[in-house]
Amino acid sequence: MLKLEDVNVQYGNVRALKGISLEVGEGELVTLLGANGAGKSTTLMTISGILRPRGGHITFEGHDLARADAYDVVQLGIIQCPEGRRIFGGLTVLENLRMGASRRHDRPAVQADLEWVCELFPILGKRLYQTGATLSGGEQQMLAIGRALIARPRLLMLDEPSLGLAPLIVRDIFNVIQQLHSQGVTILLVEQNARQALQIADRGYLLETGRVVLSGPVSELRANPEIERFYLGGSALPMDGKHPAAT
Amino acid sequence: MNTIQTLIQQTINAVSIGSLYALMAIGLAMVFGILRLINFAHGDLIMVGSYAALLSLVLGAPFWAAGLIGIAASTIVGLAMERVAYRPIRGAPEVAMLLTSFAVTIFLENIAILIFSPTPRAFPTPPILSGALEFGGLRISAVDVLAILVAAVVLVLLTFFIRRSEAGVGMRAASQDLLAARLMGININRVIVMAFAIGSALAGVVGILWSIRVGKIDPLMGFYPVLKAFVASVIGGLGSLPGAVLGGYVLGFLEILLQGLLPSSLTPYRDAFVFIILIVLLLFRPNGILGSTEKEKI
Amino acid sequence: MATARRSNLLAVLLSLLILVAALLVVDLAASAYIQRVVMGLGISIILVVSLNLLNGFTGVFSLGQVGFMAIGAYTAAILTLPISLKSVNLPELPAWLGEVQAPFLLATLAGAILATVIAFLVGLSLMRLTGPYVAVATLGFLVIVQVILINWDRMTRGARTFSGVPPYTTLWWVWGWAVLTTYVVWRLVRSAYGRRMMAVRDNEVAAQALGVSVMRARLLAFCVSAFFAAIAGSLWAHFFTSFSPKAFYFAETFSIITMLVIGGMGSISGSIVGVVFVTLLSEILRNAERGINLGFLTIPPVYGASQIIMSVIFVLAIIFRPKGLLGGRELDLGRLLPGRNRRAEAESRAVGGDERPS
Repeated sequence: MLKLEDVNVQYGNVRALKGISLEVGEGELVTLLGANGAGKSTTLMTISGILRPRGGHITFEGHDLARADAYDVVQLGIIQCPEGRRIFGGLTVLENLRMGASRRHDRPAVQADLEWVCELFPILGKRLYQTGATLSGGEQQMLAIGRALIARPRLLMLDEPSLGLAPLIVRDIFNVIQQLHSQGVTILLVEQNARQALQIADRGYLLETGRVVLSGPVSELRANPEIERFYLGGSALPMDGKHPAAT
Repeated sequence: MNTIQTLIQQTINAVSIGSLYALMAIGLAMVFGILRLINFAHGDLIMVGSYAALLSLVLGAPFWAAGLIGIAASTIVGLAMERVAYRPIRGAPEVAMLLTSFAVTIFLENIAILIFSPTPRAFPTPPILSGALEFGGLRISAVDVLAILVAAVVLVLLTFFIRRSEAGVGMRAASQDLLAARLMGININRVIVMAFAIGSALAGVVGILWSIRVGKIDPLMGFYPVLKAFVASVIGGLGSLPGAVLGGYVLGFLEILLQGLLPSSLTPYRDAFVFIILIVLLLFRPNGILGSTEKEKI
Repeated sequence: MATARRSNLLAVLLSLLILVAALLVVDLAASAYIQRVVMGLGISIILVVSLNLLNGFTGVFSLGQVGFMAIGAYTAAILTLPISLKSVNLPELPAWLGEVQAPFLLATLAGAILATVIAFLVGLSLMRLTGPYVAVATLGFLVIVQVILINWDRMTRGARTFSGVPPYTTLWWVWGWAVLTTYVVWRLVRSAYGRRMMAVRDNEVAAQALGVSVMRARLLAFCVSAFFAAIAGSLWAHFFTSFSPKAFYFAETFSIITMLVIGGMGSISGSIVGVVFVTLLSEILRNAERGINLGFLTIPPVYGASQIIMSVIFVLAIIFRPKGLLGGRELDLGRLLPGRNRRAEAESRAVGGDERPS
C-alpha cells in the first residue's frame, strides 16, 4: 500500500532522513522503532505531507506523495495520530471527534462511526461534552486515536501512543491497536517502547540516525541482539546528538 | 447633569467606543489565532472601506449602498492582502510576518495618499443617523446606538458561527493547533481565507461607523484604530475571540475613565497612560486577562 | 585558528584604513548631497547594528528603538542649544537647564545615559514579555515617548519645530561612533554575554535550565541598544539642526527595521550591508520620484512612490530571502564567531528547512 524508496529529508541544516526505504502492506501492522532523534516522527511527518522529501519516492496505492499537500494526503486516507496526542484542548470531545471527520462527507456513516468509537473507548462516550484539556493523558490518547479513526483511515499512523502514559493505560491502548489490526486496519506504528510494539506487529524497521539499520518480520527482530540492546534500557544516543526531529 | 446621569452617559460612550474596538479586535484576533500574524494593515482596511464608501456617495449612491460598497471594498482588499502578501510567507518566523504587515500598511497608506491626497475629507452623516435620543437628561447620539446595536448583532452571529458551524469549529481547531488541524485534513487555506474575510468585513463596518463619528477621513486614519485594536486584543488575550471582545470594551471604559479622571493638564497624555496601564497589565498577566497564566509552552 | 585570527585582524584594519581614506575623500571633495547621504549611512548603521543586538541576537522584537533615538536627540539638543536661543525658544525651561550650554560630546553622552537609565527601568517590566507582546509593549513605549514629546512643551516645544541646534555633527563624529558601535556589538556578541543572549533567543526554557538569566541577558541587550540609539539621535539632531517629534515615529521605525531585515537579523555585517543597500535604493527612488526624463520617455513625478516601492521590495525580500541578503551569516568575520553552530540551528528552526507551508 505504502512504499517509501530512498527518501531523504532535510530539516534545516540537518539531514534527518538519509535514504530510508520501507513498505507497509494492506492489513499489516508495521512498527518503526528507534531511539529519540532517529527520524521516526520525521518519517511520519513526511508521509503526511508536512515535510517535503528532498529525494526518493513515496507512493501510496499508486499515488505519488512526494509533492502532495497535507490536505491531499488526508484525502487519500492516510491519517496520522501525532506524537504528544495534540488534541484540540479547547474543543469538546465530540467536537474533536467531529474534526476527525473533516475528510468525510457521508453524515449518517460518520454518526455510526462516532458510536463505534465510543464503544471502543467507553470513557470518551462519558465525556463527550467536556473540553479536551480536562482529559487525562490516557484519555487524550484515546481521543486522539478515536479522532483518527473517525476519518476511516486507509492507513493509520500512530506516533508513540505510549508516550508518557502509565503502563496499565499503555496496555489498554495497545489492546485497542491490536483489535483494530485484527479488524483489518492497516497500521504504521512508531514506538520507542519496542517490547510492546513487537508483541503486536507483523513486521518492523529499526531506525538509527535517519537510516534503516534493521528490518524484517517481528519474529526475526525479536531474536536479534541489536534489539536486545534496546530492551536492556539502552536508548542509545543518536550519533550526532543534534536536532531531534521528533520534537 | 448630576453624577448618575454623567455616569450613565459616560458608560454609554464607553460601550459605544468599546464596541468599535471590539469589532476591530475580533478581526485581528481571528487572524492571529490561526496564523500568529499581527496584521497591522488591518487598520488600513478601515481606511479603504471609508474611502470606497465616500467615493460611492460622491457618485450618487444612497447611503446604505455606499456602506455596503465600503464593506465589500475592505473585504476584497483584505483577501488580496492575504493572497499576495501573507500566503507566500506562511511558516516564516512571526517577526517576518509582523514586518510584512508593516510593509503592507505603508504600501496601502502611500497609495491612498497618492490617489486621494493627504488632506482629510469630510465624511457625511446620513440623515437618519444625525439625530440623537434624548431622555432623562441624557443624550445618546444615533451613531452610538448604531455602533452598539451592530456590535451586539455581530457578536451573536459570530458566536453561533464559531460554536455551531463546521467551519467555525474548524477555525477554532486551527487556532488551537495548526499542525493537528492540518493532519486532520482541515482545509487550512479555506479557514484562513474565511478569517480574513470576516475580519476585513468587520473592519469595513468599523470604518463606516468611525467615519460617521469623526466626520472626516484621511489616508492615515487607520493607524490609531489598529493600535487600539491591538491593545484591546492584548488586554483580553491575543488570539482569543472572547478576549478580543472583552479587551475592546475594557479599553473603551479605560479611555473614558482616564478622560474623566485625569486632570485637564494631563488629558493629552491619555494615550500614554493607556499604554502604561497596558504594560503594567502585561506584567501581571503576560498573556492578557483571558490568556493562560502559564508561560508559553514550547 | 591563530592564522585565521591574524588574517581577519588584517582584514579589519585594512577596511578601517579604506574607510578613513573614503571619508577623507568625501569630506574634502564630495558634494553636500553626497556628504549628507554618507552621514545618513553612518547614523543608520549605528541604529541598525544596535537594534540587531536586541532583535536579531537576543530575539527580543522591539519596536521602540526610535523612542530612545528621540530621547537622545532631544536631551542633547536641549543641552547644546545656545543660551540665547534657549530663552527665545524654550522660555519655560527650568533655570538650571536654561543656563547651561554643554559641549557636543558631553551632551551626547548625557542623552545616551538618560536613555540607558530609562531603558533599564522600562526594561525591567518589558523584557519579561515575549513575541508579539513585547512588540506591542515596545510600540507602546514609542507612542508614550511621542505623546510626551508632543505635550511637554516646556522642554521640547511640543509639536512645533525644535530648531537652532548647533551643527556639531561631522562625518568623523558619525563614523567614529559607527565604528565604535559596531565594535562594541561585535565584542558583545562574541563574549559570554553574547552567547547567553543567543541562547535566550533560541530556546528560552533551555537557557533557563542552563542557568542563564533570561532577564539579565535581555536587559543588557535592551540597554546597550538604547544607548547607541540615543547616540544616533544626538548625531542626527546636530546634523539636521531642526526637527519635531514626528521625525521619531513610525516612518523612521519602519525604515530601520527594513534595513535590519533586508540585511539579515543576527548578522552584524549584514546590518551594514542592509543599511547601505536600502539607503542607496531609497535615494535612487527618491530622486526618481521627481520624474525621470529618458529622452524619449518622461516618467512624471510620483511622490510617495519610493515608499510604495520600498514596501514592495520589503515583502519580496521576506518572501525570497527571509534570512536577509547575507543569509543570516556574517561576512568573513563569521568564521570567528563561536555561536555559529547555534545560529545555524536557530535559522533552520526559524525557516523550517523543508517544511511545506500550510
